[in-house]
Amino acid sequence: MLVWRKLIAAAVLSNLADPLIMLFGLGYGLGALLPSVEGMSYIAFFAAGQLCTATMFTASFESMFSGFSRMHGQKTWDAILYAPLKIDDIVVGEIMWAASKAWLTGSTILGVVVVFGLASSPWVLLALPAAFLVGLAFAAVGLIMCVLARGWDFFSFYMTLVMTPMMMISGVFFPAEQLPAPLLAVAKALPLYHGVQIVRPLVAGGPPVDFWLHAGVLLAYAAAGFALAIYFARRRFSS
Amino acid sequence: MSALVARALRKSYGATEVVSGIDLSVEPGECFGLLGPNGAGKTTTLKLCLGLIEPDGGEIELLGEPVPRRAREARARVGVVPQFDNLDPDFTVEENLVVYGRYFRIPESHIRQRIPGLLEFAGLAGRGDSRIAALSGGMKRRLTLARALVNDPQLVFMDEPTTGLDPQARHLIWERLRRLTQEGKTLVLTTHFMEEAERLCGRLAIMDSGRIITQGSPRALIAEHIEPQVLEVHGPGYESWMERAKSLAPRVERVGDTVYCYGDDVEPLLKGISGDLSYLHRPASLEDVFLKLTGRDLRD
Repeated sequence: MLVWRKLIAAAVLSNLADPLIMLFGLGYGLGALLPSVEGMSYIAFFAAGQLCTATMFTASFESMFSGFSRMHGQKTWDAILYAPLKIDDIVVGEIMWAASKAWLTGSTILGVVVVFGLASSPWVLLALPAAFLVGLAFAAVGLIMCVLARGWDFFSFYMTLVMTPMMMISGVFFPAEQLPAPLLAVAKALPLYHGVQIVRPLVAGGPPVDFWLHAGVLLAYAAAGFALAIYFARRRFSS
Repeated sequence: MSALVARALRKSYGATEVVSGIDLSVEPGECFGLLGPNGAGKTTTLKLCLGLIEPDGGEIELLGEPVPRRAREARARVGVVPQFDNLDPDFTVEENLVVYGRYFRIPESHIRQRIPGLLEFAGLAGRGDSRIAALSGGMKRRLTLARALVNDPQLVFMDEPTTGLDPQARHLIWERLRRLTQEGKTLVLTTHFMEEAERLCGRLAIMDSGRIITQGSPRALIAEHIEPQVLEVHGPGYESWMERAKSLAPRVERVGDTVYCYGDDVEPLLKGISGDLSYLHRPASLEDVFLKLTGRDLRD
């Protein structure tokens, strides 16, 4: 928290400016060209997806880059381990922090969505806990990458080969149902699709369909993320 | 009750046994040194004692708590000064201390009360708001020492506490460390710096290849292992001089381009030195003991 207050200016800029610029640029730009998508204006459709995507990126960047900077560059984790704490405590702390920061990003975008009249009903407030769940899942997975990394370049693989394609096929820019069946199957195995399936109906003004399925996938990723991050962190710090 | 006890400690990484049966015991209030060449297993031994890694054999008791089973309880009363500073560059001096104190569940108000005392101890009074980047190497080390004391520990582990510091900074830290032992704290330090070991440690152990090869007070080790006086000679013509020296001194060694003569009284040898030979006549030191016991080969 203390660290965050100091770096807030840069953090706000990088975590919010990017998604908001994309939102308004693409949303209004493409939105003027496109008819309604799944019963919503394109900008509203896209905003729901962007909320999840921005949350995903903030969670991932925080757990991967900030985490790695503390763990490897500054050796902060080594210092903390001299105190009566276990590596598990540090892992959980880092994940919760990254998830909270991601939630802040998601909530802000939600605020923008509401202020610009892109969401019509109080259902949209449930996107707040949904955003936290998305942030938690990606923070946990991101921290696995962090404890496995041997250098900064390691993260490019995850970002380019996992996150970017996932963003393309998870129904953020266009409905995922338009994808060929095999790609749709891949999307459904990944968490971002499920986050979008919860948030989009909420923005549109109604409850999500199959809520427990989607929430379940996100929770499963979060749980697996915690477990694997702790497992690999224990290995890394016991040698 | 000893402050730290290790019995038959073993640790292997793969096929290499890094710690091969270490027995040591440190009494409360003493300053104990762990010396050894690179790769001797000193840092691994420290990490085992802290409960950061699990031993493959043997037992450890730190401040009465079995480690690693109750390592966290033990660490609550321990301070650690690592070899390389790991201060948080995002925080000021004071913030580093506050955040660190919180890891010990010390209430923040309590930590803040202790901060002026800690800063004064570290010679950093008035620098509470400085950024870490603005501190010199010596100041960072002193802050790391202050941080290790934030929980008022009974025992402080230090890995090479003054390596890389200038003499002023070094002497200041030594003086502070002596103050700590006067206050009754136990210190366990590793060092390569023989002068430091001789000045600070009441007792020390020399490790090599995972074993302790000798233990005792600096004086006792010097008396036990080495002759009282040393004469170092080098320069053109040292080889022929060396031949003559061999008949005069009990032990003569050649290392590279220098001849070392050890004996109870090496003054008679001085008469034979002439021409361009340079020499150094000095009392035997812990370094001589160390080099005799661990050899002069490089340990990469």
